[in-house]
Amino acid sequence: MRSMATITAKAKLAAKIAPIAALLLFAALARPAANPARSGISERYLSPIEMVLSPDGRQLYVVCQGSNELRVVDLESGKVVSTVPLGRAPRGLTMSPDSAQIYVTNSTDDTVSVIDAATMRVTRTLATGFEPAGVVADRAGETLYVANRLSGDISVINVKTGQEIKRLLAGRGASYLALSPDGKFVYGTHIYPKLGAFRKQPNSEITVIDTASQTVVERKRLHNVAGVFHVAFSADGKLGVTTQLRPKNLIPLAHVEHGWVFGNSLTLFGEDVGGTVQVPIDELDRYYSLPWGVIITPDKSKMFVTTAASESVTVIDVPKLLNYVRARREPFVNDLSASANYVTARIPVGHNPRGVLLSKDAKRLYVANRLDDNIAVIDTAANRVVSTIDLGGPKTINPLRRGERIFFTADYAFQGHFGCSNCHLDATIDGLEWDLEPDGFGKDIVDNRSLEALSGTEPFKWNGGNPDLPTECGPRVEKYFFRSQSYGDHELTDLVTFVYSLPYRPNRYRLPNSELSPAQERGKAIFERTTYKNGKPIPQANQCGYCHSGPKFTNRQQLDVGTGKPTDRSPLVDVPHLPNVAYSAPYLHDGSAQSLEEIWTVYNPKDQHGVSNDLTKDELNDLIEYLKTL
Amino acid sequence: MKLKISISALAVLLAIPLSSAAQDMPRFRWENFTTANGLPDNHVFCVLVDGNRVWAGTENGLGLYENGTWKIFRPATRDDQQGLTHQAVLSLAVDKRTGDVWAGTMGGLNRISAGRIDNFTQLNSGLSNDIVYGVGVQGDFVWTATAAGASRLDTRTGQWALFNERNTPMFEIWTYAVSPAADKVYYAVWGGGVLEYDVATERWKDYNDPDGETEMVLMKDQGLIHEITTSVSYVDKILWVATYFGASRYDGRYWHNFLQKDSGLPSNFLNQIKGVDGNRAWFSTDKGLAYFDGTNWAVYRPALDTHKPEMLVRDAEGKVTAIPVDSAPAHNYILGVDFQGDDLWVATAKGLSHGIRQRGSNETAKVSQEQKAIGNK
Repeated sequence: MRSMATITAKAKLAAKIAPIAALLLFAALARPAANPARSGISERYLSPIEMVLSPDGRQLYVVCQGSNELRVVDLESGKVVSTVPLGRAPRGLTMSPDSAQIYVTNSTDDTVSVIDAATMRVTRTLATGFEPAGVVADRAGETLYVANRLSGDISVINVKTGQEIKRLLAGRGASYLALSPDGKFVYGTHIYPKLGAFRKQPNSEITVIDTASQTVVERKRLHNVAGVFHVAFSADGKLGVTTQLRPKNLIPLAHVEHGWVFGNSLTLFGEDVGGTVQVPIDELDRYYSLPWGVIITPDKSKMFVTTAASESVTVIDVPKLLNYVRARREPFVNDLSASANYVTARIPVGHNPRGVLLSKDAKRLYVANRLDDNIAVIDTAANRVVSTIDLGGPKTINPLRRGERIFFTADYAFQGHFGCSNCHLDATIDGLEWDLEPDGFGKDIVDNRSLEALSGTEPFKWNGGNPDLPTECGPRVEKYFFRSQSYGDHELTDLVTFVYSLPYRPNRYRLPNSELSPAQERGKAIFERTTYKNGKPIPQANQCGYCHSGPKFTNRQQLDVGTGKPTDRSPLVDVPHLPNVAYSAPYLHDGSAQSLEEIWTVYNPKDQHGVSNDLTKDELNDLIEYLKTL
Repeated sequence: MKLKISISALAVLLAIPLSSAAQDMPRFRWENFTTANGLPDNHVFCVLVDGNRVWAGTENGLGLYENGTWKIFRPATRDDQQGLTHQAVLSLAVDKRTGDVWAGTMGGLNRISAGRIDNFTQLNSGLSNDIVYGVGVQGDFVWTATAAGASRLDTRTGQWALFNERNTPMFEIWTYAVSPAADKVYYAVWGGGVLEYDVATERWKDYNDPDGETEMVLMKDQGLIHEITTSVSYVDKILWVATYFGASRYDGRYWHNFLQKDSGLPSNFLNQIKGVDGNRAWFSTDKGLAYFDGTNWAVYRPALDTHKPEMLVRDAEGKVTAIPVDSAPAHNYILGVDFQGDDLWVATAKGLSHGIRQRGSNETAKVSQEQKAIGNK
């Protein structure tokens, strides 16, 4: 908050900006309207993401995230036969054991819609934690388990009363759940790594819940894993599998051509393999990016994995995989030659394939092509797409949709390694600090910033080095990240259109009617104060509201607030926007602060980042409670 | 020491035949754990029973006793990023609904959940102070007693609320213990009496020693026995309070105080009190472990002079009877106790003791049922 922008620093900044000044004109032309509605974009795409099968296997229930619906497909005719309106941004679904109800999580509303499967009407709406995603019912159908992404926990809900009994601690970004075939355990995964020490390898977990005691009984630790997605079991319950990313965020991204950015992989667990075994699915010169959905055939002969950024389905021979795992005694997850021993096919499908499901006879595999609004039908014997079920979305592909496809694909990167969505999972963050540029090991470490409502927060990059989003997403990405294919002008404009369209997620810390709690009110007064507690004026540049001003709480300047590290090329950092700051830990430009508290208790010894050292602990807590409401 | 000798002499005189009180008081066979058989350290500050698992907070690590073996938790190492915020574990509580264990240390608060450890300190969270003397769970809230006031964490939202001299009648902020329940939350404030938080009204009320004397009791049974409180236990709407100068029982209207001179307490110096119900409680003193069944008292300890196992029973008339025993808690400096069905687990200055309930010929099934109820509290 206090400006230390000396003449020298300004000169450095000017020198930094100069090389990209030529891009400004292009940027101004390329920047689209932030609001899709204002730009005349009106199509509402369906964005199918998850599916379940009716008990008789004749109907497919498809959660359409974009249109807030459940669409019911008659598999014989391949037609949509009914549509059920849901809450906002539905994300996960499951069916009750007696098939009488369908439960769908509404991630924006923090609810579960209970659908009567006979009438296909929503009969009840149940409250959950923050941003519910995966949902499963226990074997008796008496209890629902819901993974809450933003609160990082799992709601345990009594189905009969509709009341949430308790919350169980899960991994950060808790998202996907599966019931073990014997019904004794619920397994959960999470998309953000556990917050840990700065610049240490990320760690994640598989959370295991005993359905009898309804408590967490085990956490399977996944070392060097950040981003764990679906979890599935073999029918005999002896083999479990999750899809996951292994980011190599501690070394410069410049080494993308050496395969050191992401390891697309699986974790196997269960009786068949003993503890946990991580296995790669990439190849030596090709990556199969963002493994997401996974399913094992009932006879345990095959495993199908959707690779969401590679627009394909990876087919794995399970017996070969298990033989290979047993033969390799040492960890081999970084051995890119390994997959040749068990991957038997890669089946091209549509854009951003997510949910995956087998027909009752396992002869057909259904894949939700999220950005095509259709379902790919794969012949599991031939390993090829034999038909596509159109879910009835818009027939035209507008710039927003084109941009979304670019955002979620790895096609532009060297060897199809990764795309925007690898780091911005579901267009959010990944909770990691990265060493992005080829400036030497450990220099200019950067935290992954939120993409919500970016318009009006320019410039970008941790030091404000990129004046606009086309610069941020264009040449920089092409040169430093992807190292392969450049975006065409229209492609970049489409991508920027999509990124600018990302809205704020609802802020769960705000009270209704924009009221503030007493603690938040006190925190607001601290945020807006102009004097020390002793009455002495605080210099304007040291007041919170000076730097964090305007509608996005940023004055869009580059300032030295004392948080620079010796490894940073410049102490100047771009003032970040603050809305929904509660969702984006860790903090500071390099992610060194693990919590909002640490910004001031650890990294503000000289009051350069606002005046905080005259605050009591109560007052600092109040300030943080207010910041969470922004 | 004089009192101890007189009690022992009296006990010999009254030992035969054993009174009804003497025969009915619970007896234990004591098994003691030290570093020799796996305990992380012999200075045991607190003990927590969670089903078949026993947690022992010590000066040098947290021990978990399960299936006959000890597992030790200490601060993180280079090899293991997971660890406690400090090796000295002062307080423990379990969330019965989730199974998560909360451990207060000299360096912050920790949540241990199925092997995962989350750290909360005054630097990385809203915790008021890193010295966490007491911790308790009430629904979704975790209450802590720290060296700088009380903290309450809402585990659903992550919000911290701090309570201290600025928003409560807490004129000392050295909170030493907490006992949360659905309707009230009680704090022992070292030097500041007892604080009561009413859950419904969200209001605080303080209870203090009415005579204000530090060395004398001028107004017995008219209020809290002393300002230097060390422990509170709120059970069946009865508040039990331990101080360094005696104990108190409060039923919401009347106070009853217990002193060494007129009760079976072996000492007025109490580290912990744990109510079984409205009438019965266990007292952790510097001169042994005491039990009060509403009428009679029992003391369990190594004899202060001979260090031989000792059990003394004092009946309603003040008659003291020595019960022959062949084992005792590891040390007479008792810091805490918890219940495991009929059994006891006791934290002492020289080890952790497991009191295995013994069935005497006169012990009735009723007693057994009562002790089972203890374990369920």
